[in-house]
Amino acid sequence: MDVPRHWRLQTQRYGLIGEECPDCKHKIFPPRDVCPECGSPAHAPYVFSGRGEVFSFSHVYQAPASHEEQAPYTVAMIKLEEGPLVTAQLTDVNRDEIEIGMPVEMVTRALQSNGERGMIVYGYKFRPAVSAAPPSS
Amino acid sequence: MRDVSIIGIGQTRVGEHWDTSLRHLALEAIKGAALEADVDRVDGLFVGNMLAGELSGQGNLGALIADFVGLRGVEAVTVEAASASGAAAVRQAYLAVAGGLMDFALVVGVEKLSDVVGSTAVTAQATATDSDYEAAHGVTPLAIAAMMMRRYMHEYDASLADFAAFSVNAHLNASTNPYAMFHNKLSVQSFVKAPMVADPINLFDAAAPADGAAAVILASSDWVRGRGNSATGNGAARVRIAASSAATDALAIADRSDPLWLAAAEASASRAYRQAGITARAIHFAELHDAATVLAALSLEACGFAERGGGVNFAKGGGIARDGQTPIGTLGGLKGRGDPGGATGVYQIVEAVQQLRGQAGPNQIANARLGLAQSLGANGATAITHILVRD
Repeated sequence: MDVPRHWRLQTQRYGLIGEECPDCKHKIFPPRDVCPECGSPAHAPYVFSGRGEVFSFSHVYQAPASHEEQAPYTVAMIKLEEGPLVTAQLTDVNRDEIEIGMPVEMVTRALQSNGERGMIVYGYKFRPAVSAAPPSS
Repeated sequence: MRDVSIIGIGQTRVGEHWDTSLRHLALEAIKGAALEADVDRVDGLFVGNMLAGELSGQGNLGALIADFVGLRGVEAVTVEAASASGAAAVRQAYLAVAGGLMDFALVVGVEKLSDVVGSTAVTAQATATDSDYEAAHGVTPLAIAAMMMRRYMHEYDASLADFAAFSVNAHLNASTNPYAMFHNKLSVQSFVKAPMVADPINLFDAAAPADGAAAVILASSDWVRGRGNSATGNGAARVRIAASSAATDALAIADRSDPLWLAAAEASASRAYRQAGITARAIHFAELHDAATVLAALSLEACGFAERGGGVNFAKGGGIARDGQTPIGTLGGLKGRGDPGGATGVYQIVEAVQQLRGQAGPNQIANARLGLAQSLGANGATAITHILVRD
């Protein structure tokens, strides 16, 4: 069981925490310690808002073993409002309503399960952005 | 640096070889190449393979295959670059011969994908993605291509049916290639009705995983000239590697600066054109990496055969047909011939040699003298381009 492999990603998986480049202010996700834009060292943590929009998506019918129970499911590239693209599943959504440009927000969900006795891996997925609640009367 | 020529080619039929093992497939392809080359030694064996460790529980194919084919003792390694593994092995062999470190280098691309099916096979294929940021989320290589395709449809106003031209062309060309997996022709109507694999990629859009092996033997062009008029021992025309170039892009699709532009494919193609001293217009045919139709479209654009966003219309207008401006997948491509993973890049080279020697039978491109073969690993994270010329 590959517990350490998932455990060491908890910062980015649970908090959508990346980095900000001190020189060009480029926002980086996932964290990679070197700015992909200007090449400067970038270690300052940056917490992303979790808001963005669907850049593209696909409904997956042929799944790997780790995700077979979820199939068919929808994966998407999300354009975060701070700039970077992130790849993740869409959840809590009727698949016929998904379209490019749809506003979404990050939620924490089980990414994969590994059998009855196996580890459940949690992390970010995205759902349609919940609009402001109507004022209570 | 020395010029490098191809003095032998060999290939097995691509398909589901239930009764043939990895090592036997490699042997069959190597025997074909060795028979043609007719040399008394090789100095190194480069094995292109992607998933033997995952699917066959077999590593160190260099030693295994060298011994099995009667080359015990020879220097031998496996070269891995996802689905570009075969082309990467050809490039390593090219570097060895061009650099003067080897006189004769043998390359075999071999892959056995049919032993494992279903989710286990998909799990293995997904090792070509970013395991932490793609595979962990259930993202497969085909799902990535599917997201590229949907974005392509959105940005360039293309429909599913528009992509059919690639698969129709691939099946037509494969139908007369005895080594191809598929010999049935495909219609636009059946393309658009095919069941989805990773929406919008359907069963007739994606190349089928398969078993197969292909081999080439490289030698210095000076040595070949010393042999006389022919390159091989059996009198075939001389084919030289006019250019070899490899480049990489971010592995994860979300990390690329432009998900609809194959930057590595463009970089390796443009360097290859420079090395060969030509432009894209001089190329007579191209073996491109059509693991999915959108990759064929983006490859046409990255290689300069079509404008950005124009790859699909180029295909629809007949530009990729055997009598078109830039024929692609002339013996079926990945879609028609089948896609034996790490062997695919060597198949492309073998097929380009067949064309340049005039050995492509009913698939022959008239007066083909300059051919390009480009292999992509992991939807364009790796791109390896070779330009071959008939001397």
